[in-house]
Amino acid sequence: MVDSLFLGIAVLTIVSAIAALEMRSLVYGGIALMGTLGGIAGFFILLDSPFVALFQIAVYVGSIAVLILFTIMLVKRELIFQKKEDTKRRYAGIGLMLIVMISLGAIVFNSGISSITTEEPAVDYREIGEDFLIYYWPALVAMALVLAGSVTGAMILARRHDEVEDEQRTD
Amino acid sequence: MSNELIDFVIVSVALLAIGIYGLSVKRNFIRMLFAVEIVINAANLNLVAFARFLPHSGGQTFALFSIAIAAAEVAVGLALIIVAYRMYKNIDVADFRSLKG
Repeated sequence: MVDSLFLGIAVLTIVSAIAALEMRSLVYGGIALMGTLGGIAGFFILLDSPFVALFQIAVYVGSIAVLILFTIMLVKRELIFQKKEDTKRRYAGIGLMLIVMISLGAIVFNSGISSITTEEPAVDYREIGEDFLIYYWPALVAMALVLAGSVTGAMILARRHDEVEDEQRTD
Repeated sequence: MSNELIDFVIVSVALLAIGIYGLSVKRNFIRMLFAVEIVINAANLNLVAFARFLPHSGGQTFALFSIAIAAAEVAVGLALIIVAYRMYKNIDVADFRSLKG
């Protein structure tokens, strides 16, 4: 049986996900996406995983959403409000969405996971730390290298190549 | 716990379907990135929900890995948007035809 808090967070998450894709302005769309990401963090708290929830808020709601908003503001004003859509493609997309929802829903309902309940205590922080530092430490190192590489790559990609500035530097 | 595993999985399925809709319909590069974020979050919700109900710490660990990698993906994606905007003065993916091999 779902409680009212779960229902409220579910409605917030799904409605703001639709709003993020359908709102006319990209800025409001970005703010709605922050609602979705915050709603997911709420689910993590309901699932007794406050560590992942705080990580989600710090990384997604904190940094990624701000990065997205700044990128939107770097784009021309007309493009922010522009909404070019093919009607046929839109209906096809809605059809695809319903097919995915119904087929995956049918699989989920018939899989027997509805009988899974738990009375056991939540996972301790210590277990997550052990996972990171004992079992998955090579993956942790690889992730750190990927993060550093991607941030450096992003900076190199986004750097402005100003020819006048280069000429002045050579002079 | 008053909520069951299937409740979280249903929300996750709904978010995945909305993300797939966004990826298939939208032509705006930034909105496609929003859709990708929604799909990744649906996957993370599944990981943490199964980790709570089985119960096993692996799900939370992989969710943390996934969040960190998604941050890297967004950084590169937004840099690509800025470069594409500088080249084409537009963020419509239909205009990026010359990116084809």
